[in-house]
Amino acid sequence: MGLDFSVVPKYLDVIFLGALWTIAITVAAALLSFVGGILFAVIALYAPKPVRLPFRAFEWLFMGTPLLLQLFLIYFGLVQVGIDLPAFVAGVIGLGLHFAVYNSELIQTAILAVDRGQMEAARTLGLSRGQALRRVVVPQAVRDVIPPIGNNMIALLKDSALVSVIGVAELTLSAQLAIGRTYRPFEFYVVAALFYYVINLAMEAVLRRVERRIQASR
Amino acid sequence: MTEKPFVDIRHAQKSFGSLEVLKDINLQVSRGQIVAIIGPSGSGKSTLLRAINDLDPLTGGEVWLEDTQVNKKLPHRQYEKHINQVRQDIGMVFQHFNLFPHLTVRENIKLAPKMLKGLSDAEADKLAEEQLDKVGMLERIDYYPSQLSGGQKQRVAIARALAMKPKVMLFDEATSALDPELVEEVNLVMKKLAEEHMTMIIVTHEMGFAESVCDRVLFMDQGVVVEEGPPDVIFRNPTNERTRNFLRKHLANANK
Amino acid sequence: MDIELILKVYPYFIEAAWVTIQLSVLTTLLGLTCGALGAAARLSRLAVVRFLGAAYVSFFRGTPALIQLFLLYFGGPQIGIQLDAFEAGVIGLGVNIGAYMTETIRGGIIAIDKGQREAARTLGMSRWQAMRYVILPQAARLMIRPLGVNINALIKGTALVAAISVVELTYTAQRFIGSTYKPFEMFLISGILYMAIIYVTGRGIAWLDRRVRIV
Repeated sequence: MGLDFSVVPKYLDVIFLGALWTIAITVAAALLSFVGGILFAVIALYAPKPVRLPFRAFEWLFMGTPLLLQLFLIYFGLVQVGIDLPAFVAGVIGLGLHFAVYNSELIQTAILAVDRGQMEAARTLGLSRGQALRRVVVPQAVRDVIPPIGNNMIALLKDSALVSVIGVAELTLSAQLAIGRTYRPFEFYVVAALFYYVINLAMEAVLRRVERRIQASR
Repeated sequence: MTEKPFVDIRHAQKSFGSLEVLKDINLQVSRGQIVAIIGPSGSGKSTLLRAINDLDPLTGGEVWLEDTQVNKKLPHRQYEKHINQVRQDIGMVFQHFNLFPHLTVRENIKLAPKMLKGLSDAEADKLAEEQLDKVGMLERIDYYPSQLSGGQKQRVAIARALAMKPKVMLFDEATSALDPELVEEVNLVMKKLAEEHMTMIIVTHEMGFAESVCDRVLFMDQGVVVEEGPPDVIFRNPTNERTRNFLRKHLANANK
Repeated sequence: MDIELILKVYPYFIEAAWVTIQLSVLTTLLGLTCGALGAAARLSRLAVVRFLGAAYVSFFRGTPALIQLFLLYFGGPQIGIQLDAFEAGVIGLGVNIGAYMTETIRGGIIAIDKGQREAARTLGMSRWQAMRYVILPQAARLMIRPLGVNINALIKGTALVAAISVVELTYTAQRFIGSTYKPFEMFLISGILYMAIIYVTGRGIAWLDRRVRIV
């Protein structure tokens, strides 16, 4: 069949739009995973036992199973209980929850690594446990884990390709759309790969800059 | 020196970018001679020592061991073959011992002779025992390096180098990383080697040791040999101002 | 929860789990091979080879594994590469994880103190001998845990081949969700099997790690 990239320009706008959706879903899921990660970490460490134990089981289940399987569960599971979410929202929730669990692991370790004296000092000043956590311990822990969380977010970008399987019209699905019209899979997957690569490079550049700034602020 | 030098360094020059760390250094050592190189840190003394077995290649000049030029310009493959051969004749002892932590003391010593000299396992065992006996470490032959003190590690490292039957031994601050009470045991081993007329080039901070063991002392500073001579002259009666300053400061520190 | 249904369908999942195991083992072997070659390239003396190694890592870590898999499976025939879905899965995932393993292996090697290499070279060993007898035995010990992390990710990553219709655990779960409308039950069966595979693998890696620990 051979290769013919001349068909590509005609579909570039479709691909480009897909890339924008990929960025949108990555940013939305990243935010969810960040906030969720902090929340999960606090629950895993400080919630009362009846909450903590089932929660740990949930974390364990999410870390031990593939993202794709989780996406199927969330997408079809929600439909089954009568919640018919747009694919995009289901994708954000799936990706966001999955990475929230991974972020939570990092944040838990970091919280435990924050000097115990910090909590004691805050309590001595009269802050409640919750206030001490929110104002003193968690902010320090979060600063420490920004670089590894950043790496998770770069992994998230690449894993966002999976939501094409549940019908989110992001970059991968856009490429498939073009392939459906042209029967040129090689060309369009290469183009999609290039788009991902560029977004990936951009994210890495931002992360390096953030890392440097954190380093400098120490 | 009428005799042809055993180790011959001619016009050694080395730069890192625009920084010149060795400036036209010449050093001749005859067979059985023991030379100490002293000087402040950053003077280039370790770099010079590490140039002798081409661990830190010179940017200019030549290093000879007997009739062989160590830093011969050769195509990569040939050079590798050549240098691996030459290095078997040049023993080296490092500040941080560099014993192989995954191997026992015995295996540390046997590895290179078996691999490079084709010794049988039994021969290599015998060799390891001999060399360890010499440095007083025979009892620890089946220990791992992590189970030894610093001084013991360094004695094993010396035995490992000696097992290759080198023609010359290089010591790169062999006692600098040791706790003071462990220095003497290593010095004793080195003295013993001196008595056996091993050719040695020693970079050291131990002025007392250098004075008692060495035939000749070089004082280096900022990439040049400032002064050289017999130890009693260098240590008791140095002519150069920089040498005097260095020794005065060093003595002051040592007596603190 | 529909226990009856679970009991009825679980044999299909056991069979699918076997495919997932085969995929995981073959992908691990290919990944380790690519990782070793990649690391050798990244540490080569020749700048061209180093660049090729870096390009390999950069491309395969910089783009989604799913895209790489699709490119190989659907795009392959255009450049004369005809593979069935299983083969494409193993090769696609293996080459992908190999890029991550390249960095793991390289990391293990460069973590060994440079004095070790110097001591070996000083005794007269060649670059290769120093690597083989002095550096690698030490580096291998450092690599086992991080390679275990790579393998853990790889096992979950095998789910991607569901997208090219290899009948493994995730594909099977997806199909039964479609036919039974019981997503939670199907998730649970396949999830337990995934975790069993990961658990056993993890124990194996921990055992290996303990065995080779330096005294």
